Amino acid sequence: MTVFKKPHALTDVPMHYCPGCTHGIVHRLVAEVIDELGIEGTTIGIAPVGCSVMAYNYFNCDMIEAAHGRAPAVATGVKRADPSNIVFTYQGDGDLASIGMAETVHAAARNENITVIFINNAIYGMTGGQMAPTSLPGQVTQTSPYGRDVNHCGYPIRVCELLSELEGPEYLARVTVNSVKNVNNAKKAIKKAFQNQVEGKGFSLVEVVSSCPTNWGMTPKQALEWIDEKMLPYYPLGVYKDRSGSQEAQK
Amino acid sequence: MADKVLMKGNEAIAEAAILAGCRHYFGYPITPQTEIAAYMAKRMPKIGGTFLQAESEIAAINMVYGVAAAGYRVMTSSSSPGVALKSEGLSYIAGADLPSLVVNVQRGGPGLGGIQPSQSDYFMATRAGGHGDFRMIVLAPASVQEMAELTVKGFSLADQYRMTAMILADGTMGQMMEPVALDSLPVSPMPEKPWATTGTKMQRPHNIVNSLYLSPDELEKTNFARFERYKQIEENEAMYEEYLMEDAEYCIAAFGIAARVSKNAIDEARRRGIRVGMIRPITLWPFPVAPFKKAAGQVKHVISVELSMGQMIEDVRLATECRVPVTLCNRVGGMIPSPEQVLEAILKIADQGGKQ
Repeated sequence: MTVFKKPHALTDVPMHYCPGCTHGIVHRLVAEVIDELGIEGTTIGIAPVGCSVMAYNYFNCDMIEAAHGRAPAVATGVKRADPSNIVFTYQGDGDLASIGMAETVHAAARNENITVIFINNAIYGMTGGQMAPTSLPGQVTQTSPYGRDVNHCGYPIRVCELLSELEGPEYLARVTVNSVKNVNNAKKAIKKAFQNQVEGKGFSLVEVVSSCPTNWGMTPKQALEWIDEKMLPYYPLGVYKDRSGSQEAQK
Repeated sequence: MADKVLMKGNEAIAEAAILAGCRHYFGYPITPQTEIAAYMAKRMPKIGGTFLQAESEIAAINMVYGVAAAGYRVMTSSSSPGVALKSEGLSYIAGADLPSLVVNVQRGGPGLGGIQPSQSDYFMATRAGGHGDFRMIVLAPASVQEMAELTVKGFSLADQYRMTAMILADGTMGQMMEPVALDSLPVSPMPEKPWATTGTKMQRPHNIVNSLYLSPDELEKTNFARFERYKQIEENEAMYEEYLMEDAEYCIAAFGIAARVSKNAIDEARRRGIRVGMIRPITLWPFPVAPFKKAAGQVKHVISVELSMGQMIEDVRLATECRVPVTLCNRVGGMIPSPEQVLEAILKIADQGGKQ
């Protein structure tokens, strides 16, 4: 009896992620959802610039590598070219909330019928641990060596809350993957974000509060605990917008 | 005989793109090319196409990247400062070997510059479209009819060579109205694109559209392969028009509006007995080297007439291998050389017997 197997939507290419990095978990959740919805053959994924730049090697569906921050614009092109396809972007915090903020906000405002998986680990991983738009106040990084000083470089951005002020987006949720229970909840949110697109409902973004043990300077276990202790108080989990869900509730 | 309609140059580009099978347009308002966006906004919804006003030039070119990756004919248009913003996307499109059509209706610069016609993006189009080693096919129309013809041609060249074709027009070409025949445009069917990310349909391995190669020898190979293709383009796709070159002792080099102005000056100079002709590059890259090389053995002097501080003149000098003097006759900042100014330049050179 098979009790555990690799989702079909993942390739056999060994992932390059650091030990304890949660990208692997999120890749797997996305792939499981693609399998369960039976959409691999019609799905096109957009990889960002950042640690997950080579996600195009890991997913079995067609993949496009985008310029830094531009994945939502590229996804818009792909989706408009053939709306019957399922299009998702997979982006980090620097990509989505710093250099690509305009693309993110406007894709959400247009209620572009795409799915966005947003990895928030409060740091630039690939370039070696610089301050991100989501780095916490006081967080020590390579470019905030004395801790993020909010009087100097401002406050971290809560993407779900920010986007929830827009009329456009269909679904905005923040999840994390630092425990079995949280992984299960994350999968439900990711599945909904894809299901929404299948049903033509529109822009669905799942923010996954993630860990970066390497650049946080922690063991994998410490990093998962740091999510609970430091990240979640600033980035509370929950559903920030669910247009059709709330309409159903009104009925 | 083909029916002609009176159209603005910008509108001719838009309608020709639709005739070429382009159903996806993304753009951002900027003078003097906004008529293209306005035309597309009207037409695309009626023919099942996409018109989308992007949040920025950067977003627009990345939407183009997405549609091109998905395997469809797609375009964007802008004017000088806006095209500069697209340079990131143009480089990615080149690196991923995607076909696209980009229109630059040039205005004066640098900076915010002005909104009047210019040719000062010649370097940007032929040399520095973005970071890294890459080329774009650059087409320079000199009439509204050519705006339409070169748009159609641009789509087929882009598909054939999997790269960007750029229409390098100027504010005059975009704004002026002329009769155009649209029903005889040489539209080519879109080739198969087995590399496109259309969804695997579970029937083939996944396609990846990408410009990242972390291994330098692999990246070098992609560059070499791309430049092999560029070599074929240089050999096969150079386009130009010669005007009264057969017996010419003097030669004007000019494209776009500068060539139209120069023709008037040449006609007047001929009436005064000066044997002057013109080579008008239609492709700026590949630059039509052959006619200039030939002219270098025939004429005494070349005058490069440009709406820039002298950009094409470098290619003219390279093509003539510095065997004849080449001088510049120009206006910039949105000013256009008058036929009188060009005539004066011709008379002065002829007076000196071609010597500098």
